[in-house]
Amino acid sequence: MIAQNIGFAIIAAVMIIAAVRVVTTSNVVHAALWLVVVLSGVAAQYILLAAEFVAVTQVLVYIGAVMVLFLFGTMLTRSRIGRDSGLNNTYWKLGIPVALVLFAAMAVALVNSFGDERMPTDDNIVSTQQVSDQIFGPYLLPFWALSFVLLAAVIGAIVLARKD
Amino acid sequence: MLVNQFLLLAAVLFCIGVYGVIARKNAVLVLMSIELILNAVNLNFIAFALRNGSTDGHTFALYVIAIAAAEVGVGLGLVLLVYRNRKTISLDDLSEMKG
Repeated sequence: MIAQNIGFAIIAAVMIIAAVRVVTTSNVVHAALWLVVVLSGVAAQYILLAAEFVAVTQVLVYIGAVMVLFLFGTMLTRSRIGRDSGLNNTYWKLGIPVALVLFAAMAVALVNSFGDERMPTDDNIVSTQQVSDQIFGPYLLPFWALSFVLLAAVIGAIVLARKD
Repeated sequence: MLVNQFLLLAAVLFCIGVYGVIARKNAVLVLMSIELILNAVNLNFIAFALRNGSTDGHTFALYVIAIAAAEVGVGLGLVLLVYRNRKTISLDDLSEMKG
């Protein structure tokens, strides 16, 4: 238990620092690389939460595919690769109070609702087999719909980005 | 492990993402902030799956990951299109819908 909490604290601190750097850095490529740190931290938290299949999917899809898309997007839109001062809005300071108020509201709600409730000890760990039974059983129709969404997104992206 | 430590971490990530969406002007950076928000939601799904001992959270998290991948693909396609027509991806310059 102690080891889990220490691991959580270290990963959470790294994630929060990296997330703040994503939204404050003045270099688009650095923002993408900090985002990799955040996404790896999320995958590590999934493993702490005993969701190994979701963690592997997170690494494959987000760190593998989505990050390559972001770097290609940066390259093809010819954003400045180095430092760039024009990344923020004129009214970017407005975001700070909005984020703080939102966090305060959520923190109050969470502390009131869950207090110091503990995670159950590991007698009901969800296995990957159960997840697949669920996806290809009761959630089969959403799975089909999802494959059509992905197909439409692929075709749509090609049509949008095509020349002429 | 407390339930709240994961939920509060997700809340922090969510708020940082909201700040990014408000503060950033570059369209690619706004998409990255949206990814932060989606990951915060996924972390909540998995935390509640462990708390309730249920598989539904895992299933939904996988679906959210797939939808996020589709969203990034279409979003970056739109950004490329805007860049080709305007030679800029600054969201402040796309103001035709302003009254």
